[in-house]
Amino acid sequence: MLALENVTKVYRTGALGLRKLIAVSEVSFEIGEREIVALIGESGSGKTTIGKMILRLFRPTSGVIRFEGKDIFSLRGPALKDYYRQVQGVFQDPFASYNPIFKADRVFALIREEFYPRIRRSAWEQRVEEALRAVGLNPSDVLGKYPHQLSGGQLQRFLIARALLLDIRLLVADEIISMLDASTRIDVLNLLGDLRERGLSILFITHDLSLGYYISDRSIVLYRGRVVEMGATERIYARPLHPYTEMLMESIPRIDGRWGATSHRVERSAVLSGAFGCVYYPRCPIAQEICARRAPELTEVEAGHFVACHVRAGASSSAG
Amino acid sequence: MALRVENLRIYYRTLRGYVHAVEGATFSVGDGEIMGLAGESGCGKTTLGHSLIYLKPPMAYIEGHVFLDGRELPIWDMDRMNEFRFRHISIIPQYAMNALNPTRRIGPLIADLLATRGIDFRQILPELQRRLDLVQLSPEVLNRYPFELSGGMRQRVVMVISTLLNPSLLIADEITSALDVSTQRAVCEMIVEFRNRGFVRSTIFITHDMSILYQIADTILVMYAGQLAEKAPVEAIFRSPRHPYTRMLIASLPRVGARQRVERLKGIPGSPPPLLDPPPGCRFRDRCPLAFERCQEPPPFVEVEPGHFVACWREI
Amino acid sequence: MGSRSELLYFAWRNTKVRVGVLILALFVILAIVGPLFARHDPNAYVGPPAHPPSREYWLGTTTFGQDVYSQFVHGLRATFIVGLLGGGIGTLLGVCIGLLAGYRGGMVDEILNMFTNIVLILPTLAVLIIIAAYLTVRGILVESLFIGCTAWPWAARAIRAQTFSLRAREFVDLARMSGRSSWKIMFYEIAPNMLSYLFMTFILQFGGAVLIAATLDFIGLGPTQGISLGLMMNNAVLWAALPLGMWWWLIPPGAAITAIVGALYVMNVGLDEVFNPKLREL
Repeated sequence: MLALENVTKVYRTGALGLRKLIAVSEVSFEIGEREIVALIGESGSGKTTIGKMILRLFRPTSGVIRFEGKDIFSLRGPALKDYYRQVQGVFQDPFASYNPIFKADRVFALIREEFYPRIRRSAWEQRVEEALRAVGLNPSDVLGKYPHQLSGGQLQRFLIARALLLDIRLLVADEIISMLDASTRIDVLNLLGDLRERGLSILFITHDLSLGYYISDRSIVLYRGRVVEMGATERIYARPLHPYTEMLMESIPRIDGRWGATSHRVERSAVLSGAFGCVYYPRCPIAQEICARRAPELTEVEAGHFVACHVRAGASSSAG
Repeated sequence: MALRVENLRIYYRTLRGYVHAVEGATFSVGDGEIMGLAGESGCGKTTLGHSLIYLKPPMAYIEGHVFLDGRELPIWDMDRMNEFRFRHISIIPQYAMNALNPTRRIGPLIADLLATRGIDFRQILPELQRRLDLVQLSPEVLNRYPFELSGGMRQRVVMVISTLLNPSLLIADEITSALDVSTQRAVCEMIVEFRNRGFVRSTIFITHDMSILYQIADTILVMYAGQLAEKAPVEAIFRSPRHPYTRMLIASLPRVGARQRVERLKGIPGSPPPLLDPPPGCRFRDRCPLAFERCQEPPPFVEVEPGHFVACWREI
Repeated sequence: MGSRSELLYFAWRNTKVRVGVLILALFVILAIVGPLFARHDPNAYVGPPAHPPSREYWLGTTTFGQDVYSQFVHGLRATFIVGLLGGGIGTLLGVCIGLLAGYRGGMVDEILNMFTNIVLILPTLAVLIIIAAYLTVRGILVESLFIGCTAWPWAARAIRAQTFSLRAREFVDLARMSGRSSWKIMFYEIAPNMLSYLFMTFILQFGGAVLIAATLDFIGLGPTQGISLGLMMNNAVLWAALPLGMWWWLIPPGAAITAIVGALYVMNVGLDEVFNPKLREL
């Protein structure tokens, strides 16, 4: 359904725009029907940039994003509106997504104005109520209120309901539960799973691996703008191949065991990694000489499980 | 006992009246103890932490006593608290890493701070360098501006600064929430290391992330809507929680190994009561599956087992 | 208490706002009601020349025997009109250009920026002299138009900066994902969030317009007919009012302009505290 092909996003920074900040580098992956794909990365990994490019809020510097085969940045006018009828997003900060001077319902009114201008009022109200119930909200509790009168969890569900009003096929969920309380997180997460059963696909962007494990079918691990590992969630968690993924798995605070020893290092000084070579080289405990010279490609090590690492890909393929 | 808090009541003064942010908190933190202060947003944990060191309007001190190493802290008096701040009690506030003066290099920043306490920067420099090395920062960091460092590095710098004078009590307010998983782990391990080396005697680690507390805390104090719910050693909180809120909270934490299609976790429906005019009695009773008539009366925070305190009529 | 009434409550509690509003209100009332009590036409020669304030002539007379009180209250009216019109035009231009430049960015921003810079460095006095040379008859409208068209650059800059920061907010992204057109987003999403800022911009433009008009009148480039506070001051100085001891001719208009503009600026500072909850004292 959705395919990214070698998408790159480069920002120009510095006084005369001479310095380059590579936010996303040659990222390619696909999202199919009825699946939840977790896009995992920490800050600086480019995950939010990818999400916003898919939502057509930023333009890639190079590469193509295709929806049903068509380049989404070539869409104009009615075709563009059609895209938004099928692809929508929900962001991290529930309060920032609402214009603070208007009531929360206004986000529904915007949808109605732009996509259903001729619908009758009663039909619309019914649609709204169905969408609210589908996300577990009681219409009488949440309609007619200002954003600051609702809780973070309610606001996030409200935004999901807004997306449902359009019968979307793909939802980009960018860290949507990180600002919610622990007791509401799991409910919103369960809601995403239910939506998958209804036929929706979700790109679940997060830095929290335990959430990714709970809900996603496939996972894509990003580091500094590059895909380092990709595959079925259960495989990645059972057998992480890339050293970065291993480090992430080691570092999650778990409640069934304490942290063990680690061989991974944190950043010591303010030096960024070089332009060539593997992007994880400065911190990698198994780095070899080739890693500094050439960036590794994504190679399929077992069915559907890809990794971008000279050492791991080489070892696995020679062993298997 | 390093810290003893008795019946502390802190409200916020607003146009519409008092917001009952902390209602009668009584607990103690021992020497060398890392106590996790956990709860959801709005439970009062940040208010409690801040009131111990920097009680400024709109926070209002209503009643209560705080004793540190046997001496009473005059938390209601901002000026008198000055002699305690940074020396005996120190805080790493949330988002501290973003509050460093962007126009000063780190070294001069620290020198200024120390000068206000009458300490010569050059004398303390060797110790400072040792500590920077301990948190895996190279000493050249002192010559850098804050924006040249990453978030994780800035957070570590702030940690070193806050503990430089070996305070008896360190309050760490959500110091890991804006960090990456790898730095999070490093920062947490540093908190433990500081305690192990004696740089800090007792620590109050405020966070909403229970799983981090499992890794580093000795005891956990759970708060709900301004009231203390439960305090116990960390294993007890996770393996045998006694307060219904704690139980439901632990049950809703996703662990690696739990998948939704296999085992569906449950959250806690509803939301905390408004603290402007809070309902009488236990504030969790509207969401509690075990609530009964006695809950209209506020349950006392009592020790039901050695070191295990609960505020619930069902457990007393 | 809703957020709007909360704003009003804070606005009224704030001493600066209260003082500013009261002073302004005083002069507005004077401007509206005062001329009803003026018995003489402002520019007519009606009384004994250079007469100090008396029961007949409340603020005395000028060197030519004109009623100073009548000039004063009619002048107040003119001043307020110029302030409203000139300030209004300036605000409107600044807002539109600032919003457009800030929201669109890129080439549009570059062009508008260049335009703003050009207008900013225009020597307004020189241009005005040239215009004055061409237009032998100038009214208040022309003066207001001129002031408005030259005073907007700083407002455009400030609003552009605000728009930049608002544009990156997520509710704007949401509006874009709802298929809203750029114009709708600018005026229905971004501008309403800057209402406090826009309000304060208008206040500053108003005050600025009054000052500029007074200056223009003072140097004789104001309206060719009618009377204004600046013109009064112009004439008073021209005819050596102060050395001759005719304080009633020079002081009232000067004090009035100072008071009005001062009240506006003080109100502006106070409003900043009202709109920004962090600056409030409880």
